[in-house]
Amino acid sequence: MLEVTGLHVAYGGIQAVRSITFHVNQGETVALIGANGAGKSSTLKAIARVIDAVGGDVHFCGEKISRIAPHDIIRKGIALVPEGRGVFPRLSVLENLEMGAYIRNATVEAKKDLKMVFDYFPRLKEREDQLAGTLSGGEQQMLAIGRALMSRPKMLLLDEPSMGLAPIMVQKIFEVVRAVAADGMTILLIEQNARLALQCSQRGYVMESGEISLHGDSAQLLDDPKVRAAYLGE
Amino acid sequence: MDIFLQQIINGLVQGSIYALVALGYTMVYGIMGLINFAHGEVVMIGTLVTITVAGTLLKAGMPVALAGMAGLMAAVLVCMALGWALERVAYRPLRHAPRLTPLITAIGMSIVLQNLAMMLWGRNYMTFPSLLPKVDFELAGANFTAIQIIIVLVSAATMGGLLLLVYRTKLGMAMRATAQNPAVASLMGVNINRVIAAAFVIGSALGALAGVMVGTYYEIAHYQMGFMLGLKAFTAAVLGGIGNLAGAMLGGVLLGLIEALGAGYIGDLTGGFLGSHYQDIFAFVVLIVVLMFKPSGLFGEKTGDRA
Ligand SMILES: Nc1ncnc2c1ncn2[C@@H]1O[C@H](COP(=O)(O)OP(=O)(O)OP(=O)(O)O)[C@@H](O)[C@H]1O
Ligand SMILES: [Mg+2]
Repeated sequence: MLEVTGLHVAYGGIQAVRSITFHVNQGETVALIGANGAGKSSTLKAIARVIDAVGGDVHFCGEKISRIAPHDIIRKGIALVPEGRGVFPRLSVLENLEMGAYIRNATVEAKKDLKMVFDYFPRLKEREDQLAGTLSGGEQQMLAIGRALMSRPKMLLLDEPSMGLAPIMVQKIFEVVRAVAADGMTILLIEQNARLALQCSQRGYVMESGEISLHGDSAQLLDDPKVRAAYLGE
Repeated sequence: MDIFLQQIINGLVQGSIYALVALGYTMVYGIMGLINFAHGEVVMIGTLVTITVAGTLLKAGMPVALAGMAGLMAAVLVCMALGWALERVAYRPLRHAPRLTPLITAIGMSIVLQNLAMMLWGRNYMTFPSLLPKVDFELAGANFTAIQIIIVLVSAATMGGLLLLVYRTKLGMAMRATAQNPAVASLMGVNINRVIAAAFVIGSALGALAGVMVGTYYEIAHYQMGFMLGLKAFTAAVLGGIGNLAGAMLGGVLLGLIEALGAGYIGDLTGGFLGSHYQDIFAFVVLIVVLMFKPSGLFGEKTGDRA
């Protein structure tokens, strides 16, 4: 479904991503793990056209999307939940969710999806009139994921949903990620919490200094001695 | 007492005009952190376009009401186009440049527009055609005119409309989202370029309306009139908290009142040493005081809030 070929990202002289190639099949959850600065976020941002890649191609559902306008990515069916959540702090929770449905006109359908988001995250329903900037970090992460779902995407790109959250909150968020995946969503999941990411994905890629150093079934990666030593703290 | 009430009325009228112009500064600043110093010149061009259009139609024998409406429409359309062009030509290429660059460009555009107006309309003061009936009212010893009432009412209605647009429509929500985090707004499918252009176009339309009001009120216009008006409206925007719509409205009215009351009493306060023609100093005293003690203005958001 998503094919990334030779993707290359640089910031001035810094080579953040060096010609990486990987793919995500329909209905799959794929983990992309790696240490700080490995180039994971840069990869996602380049796919979502938040930044320009220096080279390489991205195809989605057979269509080349690596040159389209940033605001058209979501219209192709890709929703990015950015690193640090990126909620609109001075919009209410409800308005943030409405922004998620910005590209859609069918209000009836959007209402249904709003209900679905509130079913996934009842906490958001309780706080729908609150300004998003006053939510806790975990609630903001819920909101960011809920907002992405409001566009009815074909695929979710999640950038470190566990970042800075208490373990209990991480669990809650990942329960929903699993539930969304079980409902058929295709997901590319970036995580520093490698164990968590590999546990809820089918395949995984390991990134190191801008390159993919390992890939395989998540279960195999979890058993791989190199992965265990470097990313699972064993 | 009567001079007090009189100056309150004058201040409200002048303040409504400042508020309309201040909104143009604040909308653009709120969305992209740019101070569009050429905005005062957009207002000036609105005034001059109305003089030409309404004046010509009046001479051709068109009824005053129609000629006035046509003049206003022409000013609004020309200014909207001008605002759009300014963003497109002067500011968009500098979107990612250091902050000082677009600021210098703004000052440059202001000079360009002034000179353009001078070439088109000449250096002389021009009389603004009388478009509204001259009716006077009296209230508790103070005098006011129908024109003053209309200016205040139309400004209030326009500002109400703007608030509805920004807080109740999809475009308004996209504008607020873009102001808070343009990169994420774009991930939601918002075409940032269009939203920024909309802020310029709407701000310029408000400026055109203000330009027509200034012309109607003072009945005189000049290619340099945008400079002082722009500077004062900018002061009003800073006073209210630049980037904040309600702040610009309140700041405009407050500045109008401060100026009017200051001008009314400056003679008494200085024992006749300074006369009311010194009223311009109040705006700049306000600007300096605000910048020194509360640079975020009355309703200012913490600057760190901007994404
Ligand atoms: N805007 C930028 N300007 C310059 N360099 C950048 C920029 N963003 C990222 N980099 C650099 O690119 C490299 C990859 O960064 P990236 O954010 O993609 O890493 P990451 O794998 O997401 O790390 P983390 O786990 O810390 O989020 C790093 O060396 C980083 O310093
Ligand atoms: Mg990252």
